[in-house]
Amino acid sequence: MPGGKGTEVQMGLREGKPAGAPGPAALALAPRAAEHTRALADHPSRALFSGKTDVRLIQLGAIDYTILLVYFAFVIGIGWTLRRYVRSSEDFFLSGRSIPSWIAGLAFLSANLGAQEVIGMAASGAKYGMMTSHFYWVGAIPAMVFVGIFMMPFYYGSRARSVPEYLRLRFDEKTRGLNAITFAVMTVFSSGISMYALAKLLELVLGWNFHTSVILSAIIVLAYIFLGGLTSAIYNEVLQFFLIVLGFLPLVLLGLKDLGGWSGLSAKLVPVATSAGYPPGAWSESWRNLGSASANPMGVEWFGMVMGLGFVLSFGYWCTDFLVIQRAMAAESMTAARRTPIFAAIPKMLFPFLVIVPGMIAIALHTSRGGLLPVGSDGTPNYNLAVPVLLAHYLPSGLLGLGLTALMASFMSGMAGNVTAFNTVWTYDIYQSYIRPGQTDRHYLRMGHASTVFGIACSVAAAYATTRFNNIMDMLQLVFAFVNAPLFATFLLGMFWRRTTGHGAFFGLLIGTTAAALHHGLTLPRGAVPGLKGAFLGQVLNVYPSEMAQNFWTAIVAWTACFVGTIVISLLTRRNKTDAELGGLVYSLTPRQKDDQLVWYRRPSALAVVALCLTVVLNIIFW
Amino acid sequence: MMNLDLRLPIGLMFTIDGVLLIGFGLVSDPAIYARSLGANVNLWWGLVLLAFGVGMLVPSIRPGRRQPKSEG
Repeated sequence: MPGGKGTEVQMGLREGKPAGAPGPAALALAPRAAEHTRALADHPSRALFSGKTDVRLIQLGAIDYTILLVYFAFVIGIGWTLRRYVRSSEDFFLSGRSIPSWIAGLAFLSANLGAQEVIGMAASGAKYGMMTSHFYWVGAIPAMVFVGIFMMPFYYGSRARSVPEYLRLRFDEKTRGLNAITFAVMTVFSSGISMYALAKLLELVLGWNFHTSVILSAIIVLAYIFLGGLTSAIYNEVLQFFLIVLGFLPLVLLGLKDLGGWSGLSAKLVPVATSAGYPPGAWSESWRNLGSASANPMGVEWFGMVMGLGFVLSFGYWCTDFLVIQRAMAAESMTAARRTPIFAAIPKMLFPFLVIVPGMIAIALHTSRGGLLPVGSDGTPNYNLAVPVLLAHYLPSGLLGLGLTALMASFMSGMAGNVTAFNTVWTYDIYQSYIRPGQTDRHYLRMGHASTVFGIACSVAAAYATTRFNNIMDMLQLVFAFVNAPLFATFLLGMFWRRTTGHGAFFGLLIGTTAAALHHGLTLPRGAVPGLKGAFLGQVLNVYPSEMAQNFWTAIVAWTACFVGTIVISLLTRRNKTDAELGGLVYSLTPRQKDDQLVWYRRPSALAVVALCLTVVLNIIFW
Repeated sequence: MMNLDLRLPIGLMFTIDGVLLIGFGLVSDPAIYARSLGANVNLWWGLVLLAFGVGMLVPSIRPGRRQPKSEG
């Protein structure tokens, strides 16, 4: 998952992942609403958990622990049952390409539904209100539909085993190496950072020992991936998906009942908005206040939102991140692979009600009934605690255990997503390609097991490093955000323009990354000091109203630079792949997918239309 | 190759959780429900979980049925 700690910037970038998508690695963290993520992440030690370790919001009873233990037993049991189906490296890394699309679709959702998404999106809901839904309704859904319809034919059809491998087939070795290495490093850090954030949160609200939380969660995730590989991770992600939905739903229902439904909630959010100097509907409307950056708490206007978040960040995350793409690649057929992200889009569009509305409920209660959320020394509420505070506020022992188990489930599914993506990229794209090529499949299967242990060990190390070197982590995240921002331009050109060359792709990426760093280094969000938040080059060319706006624009600049740079360099260099070599990898050289013989509700294109129409309706309802 | 019907473990876990919550809802002190607006949420939500769990479980253990097939 996205790690929690991104700096805002990165978050932004990463956030890109739009809703939730946590990103893959780089993006990973930020996918979600940037801020929260960031929040969680970035100040794990500061804002979120500002020092008070004795808050102990929640007291658990025997029933709560029982529910938690039942969950642990089932996740490990699933891995244990699946262990005998793992006979080859394809079984371990790709589930033998045999997963039905409904399972792959729910795993697709769950893998990026880390604890940061749950905690972070609620924090954003409290901080920015209903506008946070753009991470879903402008960001994630259109991107998921796009990847299913237009990109999956190349990913699945090329028989590449990973996203970096696709890059090798389409471009060349250096482009693959660049992507594989940055991705592998970032997934490990992301999962470590999110482990850190969860352990800190449990320490804060439950009084659990930090080390115990880290070790326990690491061992459980290790056990079920080690035993059953990707299949086990995917099966558990589906279980975790249902647990997350059924665990958090009572919270939302009770909160809405308490406040008098949506209209009661909106009414209580009016004072939140007006007291901060925004129009009365700023917290309960998603589009109406996007006319100018000063009319909404996010500090962005519609263009930056649609282009930065929607187009660059969301498409960049959902369409290129191997963490999510891997789930669709494991599907049993081309049609199933194309349906995977589209199936996922339908529940995904309802997630704002599960993860954003709790934050809105929390801030409404905080303002109207006084002091629900702990307030920091600077007078701002601690938004990251919205979910734990609400759990403690509404749920009695019993359901409380279920809610807490849901939180653990979201964390583990996200961590497992990172680890399975890491071990695949490590084994196929780094180890098999550069270190020990030409070994038996058995050898690579053993490496898969070893790299699972290694990946988790590195995550634990990163979690501890985070406790000591916050700034280094922030910096790393920033660098990864720069690396990821331009990626979507490369894929777009690679898939739809056969003239794109390997040199064009590689240097275009470097240009995009440099442009992101320059933009970030020359601009600053209002009120920030130069440094990690921007302007580290000593000059301030532009001051953005918010970090979110700065992040969105960094992404736009990076994407544009990469897009233009790749085109120019491609035109100046010789093609390194013939049309024959590009068959199945580029749109114009690949036979169209035909799915006319299927009933309409099994056809990816029909499902895509349904998903997009529903999204438009949601945007209009909550305009 | 996938011989484990995923609906089985999911159904089983939610059935167990549902029964646990219903049982606890029946014996717990009503005073703890003040925070949930007076509703015995353990009992009610336990019933929801039980219904969901059984709904997943039944088709997975009916003989001759496998997971919903996709056509491919």
